[in-house]
Amino acid sequence: MKITLTVNGESYPLDVEPRRILADVLREDCRLTATHLGCEHGVCGACTVLVDGEPIRSCLMLAVQCDGDSIRTVEGLAGPGGEPHPLQRAFSAEHALQCGFCTPGFLMMAAGVLETDPAIGRDPERVNALVESNICRCTGYEPIRRAIMRAAASRA
Amino acid sequence: MKPAAFDYTAPRTVSDALDALSDTARDVRVLAGGQSLLIEMHLQRIRPDLVVDINRVAELGQLSAGDGTVEVGALVRHSRFESPTAVPGPIGRLFSLAAGNIAHAPIRSRGTMAGSLAWGHPASEWCGVATALDAGICLQRPDGARVVAASDWFRGPFRTARRSDELITSIRFPLLGEDTGVGFMEHRRTHFCFAQVAVAAALTVRDGVVGEARIGLVNCADRPVRARAAEQALVGAEIGSPGAACQLPGDHPFVRAGRIAAEQDSAPLAEPYADLEYRRHAIAVLVGRTLRQAAEGVSQ
Repeated sequence: MKITLTVNGESYPLDVEPRRILADVLREDCRLTATHLGCEHGVCGACTVLVDGEPIRSCLMLAVQCDGDSIRTVEGLAGPGGEPHPLQRAFSAEHALQCGFCTPGFLMMAAGVLETDPAIGRDPERVNALVESNICRCTGYEPIRRAIMRAAASRA
Repeated sequence: MKPAAFDYTAPRTVSDALDALSDTARDVRVLAGGQSLLIEMHLQRIRPDLVVDINRVAELGQLSAGDGTVEVGALVRHSRFESPTAVPGPIGRLFSLAAGNIAHAPIRSRGTMAGSLAWGHPASEWCGVATALDAGICLQRPDGARVVAASDWFRGPFRTARRSDELITSIRFPLLGEDTGVGFMEHRRTHFCFAQVAVAAALTVRDGVVGEARIGLVNCADRPVRARAAEQALVGAEIGSPGAACQLPGDHPFVRAGRIAAEQDSAPLAEPYADLEYRRHAIAVLVGRTLRQAAEGVSQ
């Protein structure tokens, strides 16, 4: 099936089988390999990207469903001159990653939520609930939680 | 694993979707939020011949309240109900309490209430809410339409009354009066787990006496069930004022209703982390707590 995805502002005309999930098409057809696939059944959140601004699991969406949609992956997070996004700076400052496999998912989930709901940074309980949606096996989550709160504060 | 190959169509109208579903010789699946179907397709436990993606059928995205009912279109996502004011009155609060227990934000932004009812998972929050309030499941097929009551809808784990050529177009709930208090509580090992037990309750209380009680039990049997015996025991019961006491006395009507729900209304299945004795205990405790939460909401 012929579809067009707009990924990080760039248009990708593609020919994909309906059975292919968005995460695989981003990685293999768009060659944007920073989106990671962990569990492939919606539990780990490593593959989280933004589709029309909303964080979604890209393993639980078919690429053909996204025809015409605007997608943002972690490659699109840094500024035009390559300067890191406030969330990326905060993750670095708070040591919120170790192996880094889960990080693209956490960053995109937090980016999506902070853009629509910046006040979340002042509510530690809601940040806790947010962090619960993805799996990290290195950090124990606390540094990720702090990083999201730091990034939220730097935006305010 | 990856999904097996299938044909795909994304109709723009209900009638085009019904045309696609009428191909009953093949395994045709409706794709709404996809947060359960796509998992099963990854594992190849479901290998559809044709996937009918209804996400572009704009008319299915309506959420409306009026005339004493709430009508939830087939494409209304879980996240829509996170705010207690998305639907007016106590039912909006009940929806919000239930929605907060469904998976995580990125799942809630895709998954739909109608999809949960179509899937019929015994541990589904919406299935319990629909059972408690006896929602109507509105279906269309090429040559007609019908509404199935939630009490007739669930036929077992992942089995419902839907025929393969039918499409759920909406779910219809009765609006609850302002004198109704609502409660929803869930018990699970971690936030990643399905509910071990969850309870949805709606209670009307006048002068400290229970008028009407509706209790839906989630994952307390092979399908969601209404705790009819517990409800009957509650009608006319004096509940007094629970006050600030941590624990209600053992002879309080809510505690008694919890025991009745666990012993008479439930038929729990043993699970590796929860044997039958434990599950019945959890049901009794959670029913009691949910009723108390509902009663506290009445006075608000």
